[in-house]
Amino acid sequence: MVVTNKPKRRARADVAQPVETIDNPPPVDSSRRAGTLQIKHLLGLEGVCREDLELILTTSESFKGVLDRPVKKVPPLRGQTVVNLFYEPSTRTRISFELAEKRLSADVVNFAASTSSVAKGESLRDTVNNILAMKTDVVVIRHPSPGTPHFLARTTNAIVLNAGDGAHEHPTQGLLDIYTLWERWGSLAGKRVLIVGDILHSRVARSNIWGLMTMGAEVAVCGPATLTPKEFAELGVSVYTNLDRALEYGFDAINVLRIQSERQKSDFLPTLREYSRLFGVNAARASRLRDGGLIMHPGPMNRGVEITSEVADSPISVILDQVTNGLAVRMAVLYLLCGGQAPENNPGASA
Amino acid sequence: MRRSQSPRTRLIFGGRVIDPASGHDGVADVLIAADGTVAGIHPKSSDNYSSIPDAERIDASGMIVAPGFVDLHVHLREPGREDEETVASGSAAGVRGGFTTVCCMPNTEPAIADQETVRFVLHRAEEAPGRVHPIGAITRERQGHSLAEIAEMVDAGAIAFSDDGSPVASAGLLRRAMEYSRMFDVPIASHCETPDLSGDGVMHEGVVSMKLGLRGIPAISEEICVARDIALARVTGAHLHVCHVSTEGSVGIIRKAKQSGVRVTAEVTPHHLTLTDDLIARQFDPLLKVNPPLRTARDVEACCAGLADGTLDCIATDHAPHAEQEKDGEFDLAPFGMIGLETALGVSVRAMVESKLLDWSGLIDRLTRRPAEVFGIEAGTLQKGRAADVVILDPRAKWTVTPDTLISRSKNSPFFGWEITGTTVATVVGGHLVYSANGHNGYP
Repeated sequence: MVVTNKPKRRARADVAQPVETIDNPPPVDSSRRAGTLQIKHLLGLEGVCREDLELILTTSESFKGVLDRPVKKVPPLRGQTVVNLFYEPSTRTRISFELAEKRLSADVVNFAASTSSVAKGESLRDTVNNILAMKTDVVVIRHPSPGTPHFLARTTNAIVLNAGDGAHEHPTQGLLDIYTLWERWGSLAGKRVLIVGDILHSRVARSNIWGLMTMGAEVAVCGPATLTPKEFAELGVSVYTNLDRALEYGFDAINVLRIQSERQKSDFLPTLREYSRLFGVNAARASRLRDGGLIMHPGPMNRGVEITSEVADSPISVILDQVTNGLAVRMAVLYLLCGGQAPENNPGASA
Repeated sequence: MRRSQSPRTRLIFGGRVIDPASGHDGVADVLIAADGTVAGIHPKSSDNYSSIPDAERIDASGMIVAPGFVDLHVHLREPGREDEETVASGSAAGVRGGFTTVCCMPNTEPAIADQETVRFVLHRAEEAPGRVHPIGAITRERQGHSLAEIAEMVDAGAIAFSDDGSPVASAGLLRRAMEYSRMFDVPIASHCETPDLSGDGVMHEGVVSMKLGLRGIPAISEEICVARDIALARVTGAHLHVCHVSTEGSVGIIRKAKQSGVRVTAEVTPHHLTLTDDLIARQFDPLLKVNPPLRTARDVEACCAGLADGTLDCIATDHAPHAEQEKDGEFDLAPFGMIGLETALGVSVRAMVESKLLDWSGLIDRLTRRPAEVFGIEAGTLQKGRAADVVILDPRAKWTVTPDTLISRSKNSPFFGWEITGTTVATVVGGHLVYSANGHNGYP
């Protein structure tokens, strides 16, 4: 959908640099320049500071401009090799990363575990060593085991991007969700976001929680008690097990998570039908958002289970914006982690 | 144990001799007779020894002289995984850590679940520097379906029975095992876990597992099984020994059971006295993956308090060697377990002595007399006439744990980088000097 009346954003405030003295050495890296990221890898959004998030958002905005041009390719990653290491089936995330890499002019190698030597029993360490022996600069990894990107980051010299590690984090999804809201609202401060679904098993929920809270939003989760452990409250998140009651609070956005039929088999839920009745986001529920409220879904959707088609295709749905924004956000993260600087330098302009 | 040299008369003089079994704690000399037994503890150096001029004199000034430690829970991986550890290499790691006696769990390949395998392990132990007692499996092939031949294994030398690594999931079968064990008065050492509740969990269930997206093993998985097994011990009158207690709830259940007279004993590992689940958040390091899992600070505190007040009888290492490649990769795919024989002393000193929960005498009690009593092993004391299993410790020596400092065949320690206080200077088994910090034959 076409975005109209997009609010004008403030220019990014310059990050105040702490005074560096012998008694007060710089905390991370004295060579760090304003307009570059503090993080060296994107392993998760937990612990990523607000300055980094804002830099990624403003850079994403510049790249989104690139995507609207007739020639959608820019040169910053020319000569760099990026490997997409996917140990789990993925369509949209892999395609989005691949497209982002190609638009930045990187050389791209795709590695799918099911068609590789992993199927022959090769260890993660050996697979990674082999790929790096081919002088790879950046690794994008999707893996069912939490912490696998951290393993790569500590055992290799490559720049590592987490494209989803088990139920832990999916930081680029979190960033694109945040970007989608930020693009609409200009600021997330004081906004209320409700995440509905299988929170326990969701890496999307975790990345959203960390990123949204850092950006000043208020976050709540809602789902069946079996899938919304009480420990989430310790992160400063409100935990609801009744969607209709949760909506009484007044939210600005609902991020609807995919519910997987496996949860029924392992007794987290009796039936998807009952889930849909209790937690499905339908028009009546969506109408209880505050004015200007938005509906998000990371995809792929189970229409008629966690979300009705009426809501998914309604004007307040930004589900397809999320997909477009995912490309811009992934370009921004790749660009910045590979040494790119703040959007003041306008990466698109050098195309 | 190996006897490469004939035993000789030895005099360990000038050290602080701590022997909790006899209540001795003070500077004294320990005389070891040529037959490998303790000839006596003599409070003061004098010329009482002029009659034995050929005694090898070992200066232990500034050191602690104690009975050799007893570990009720180690995994020696033989037969089956000799690349990770053997009876001999594990025993060598033991004597280096001060343990002159270790009891090895039956989860080998094949399992120590019949007379022949018990005899095999004891045969391999003849080449080991320390004493090794096999623990037999409770169930046939450790499969949890039917009773193993417990009487035959007792005859062959099994010291206790356990399906460690797994619980006996069937309460009915464990009840029969307890009833049966009473005929031989052997302890049933229970790995307390409820499989349904642990599921395919890989770490403690709590706020950290939730943050990391790792599947959790809840505290109640252990506690329900501890409560169940205590109820069975109460009914059968069997001696239940609870392995590797890790939760505050378990400590409380065991404390109450002891007060009500149930025959229950319990052990705790050095890692459950020191390490917490939040360490996993730093790097998802598979070296921190262990079962029972590292719990919260509150659980650690309860375990330390339980060891101090006697609810938990003794320290056991649950030394579990794993090959390097198995602990080098995905956290959730790595096997459970960590080694501990060589770091147990220093880590326990950190947990119990430096925190002033126990004094040195109290700590040595929980490494010697108490565990020996739990399994009814003739060890853990320096009483006259008993086999001279003696360890000389430097209570002040600090050392930093690195892979190079450990002699175990596997290096999966969670304590790398720790600077710990307390080290073994020399170890004597049956009068033989089997370890010295200066090289096996170089001491003093």
